[in-house]
Amino acid sequence: MKQNLYNYILGIADNSLILGQRLGELTGHGPSLETDIACTNISLDLFGQVRSYYQYAAKIAGDKRTEDDIAMLRKEREYVNVLLVEQPNRDFAYTMARQFLFDVYHLLFLQELQKSKDLTLSAIANKSIKEVSYHLRFSIDWIKRLGDGTAVSHQKMQDAIDGLWTYTDELFHQTEADKAMVSEEIGVDVTKLKEAYYEKVQAVLKEATLTVPESKWFQKGGKQGVHTEHLGYLLSDLQYMQRTYPNMEW
Amino acid sequence: MTTTEQNIESILIPILEQVSDPEIPVLSIMDMGVVRSAVIENNIVKVQITPTYSGCPAMDVIGDDIKAALKTAGYDSEIELILAPAWTTDWITPRGRKALEDYGIAAPLNAEADKEVLLNGKRLVKCTNCGSTNTRLVSQFGSTACKAQFQCDDCQEPFDYFKCLK
Repeated sequence: MKQNLYNYILGIADNSLILGQRLGELTGHGPSLETDIACTNISLDLFGQVRSYYQYAAKIAGDKRTEDDIAMLRKEREYVNVLLVEQPNRDFAYTMARQFLFDVYHLLFLQELQKSKDLTLSAIANKSIKEVSYHLRFSIDWIKRLGDGTAVSHQKMQDAIDGLWTYTDELFHQTEADKAMVSEEIGVDVTKLKEAYYEKVQAVLKEATLTVPESKWFQKGGKQGVHTEHLGYLLSDLQYMQRTYPNMEW
Repeated sequence: MTTTEQNIESILIPILEQVSDPEIPVLSIMDMGVVRSAVIENNIVKVQITPTYSGCPAMDVIGDDIKAALKTAGYDSEIELILAPAWTTDWITPRGRKALEDYGIAAPLNAEADKEVLLNGKRLVKCTNCGSTNTRLVSQFGSTACKAQFQCDDCQEPFDYFKCLK
């Protein structure tokens, strides 16, 4: 089995799975019908992409593991998503700030992954780009609307950006699997996305009349499986059905 | 893998045309452009379908429906989901676009007009009820991933718009 490729795929897919689950929590609980539908639609796109990744990972694993096993039956330490995506919804400003900070990265990442020598990854990226550009439009819209809105909405969005900023740097950390895949021209060198990322983020924050946080101290660990306390609760929700009724399908 | 041509044996077309999109029952999967190839090999029909959106829950149902339709016609089949080339709304046939409109879903505009409508609030989408273009975007996301919510400011009818995907 190609262990590096397998780990690399999980590194991509886990981000979308966990973020998709977070957004799914808003089903029926969004602040308005339109935003509720939007968050769940974005969640659905992410889950769709995730299925393509995990199906591919299951094929590479080549044992009895299915896409569902990979998605639902790992332990907390075995998930390698970045800390950013597991942060709880708190309020809508927080949800949109998290979405925006991930979307900007996600789109840059997929634009590079599209050039991968691995045809499956390149096809998934190509398909996903169209969806993710739409997610980014939506989240940018809300950053501006709340940032450049009332005094209260501005403050809430500023708090959200300040609170989540510490999780942004981890997006650009390379794992062992990353390095191996970059050398085979399969993977994306995330360190090279950093400049374009902060440029784009800062431009949007500026337009939204928000202040770019100055803090240079960043959290890390998600990519190594060391998570914030929020992930365990999320996983117990996510995995409940598979663990209670093993092998169930929908 | 990069061809955008469909490769469907003519004998299979009438069978596949009976299968409709479960979310939009008036629209056959052929007019939707999701069937990319269907060939008979050793008495088994091999069908390749491509999803409109990655998370489209209709794809599993479509796969099952194709199998059932082919079975009724006396064929065993294998369904394969392919991602490349990625589906685009350009693959919806003129007949498919008309079926959408008749059903109350505005058909996708070209990519440029679509951007104007969704990003800049331009009024270009034709109301499926009264035909007016005095319509506005209510929500970028609609009842399914492929649609956005609109409302007509002339007849007040709310309706879905099938977003351009290119």
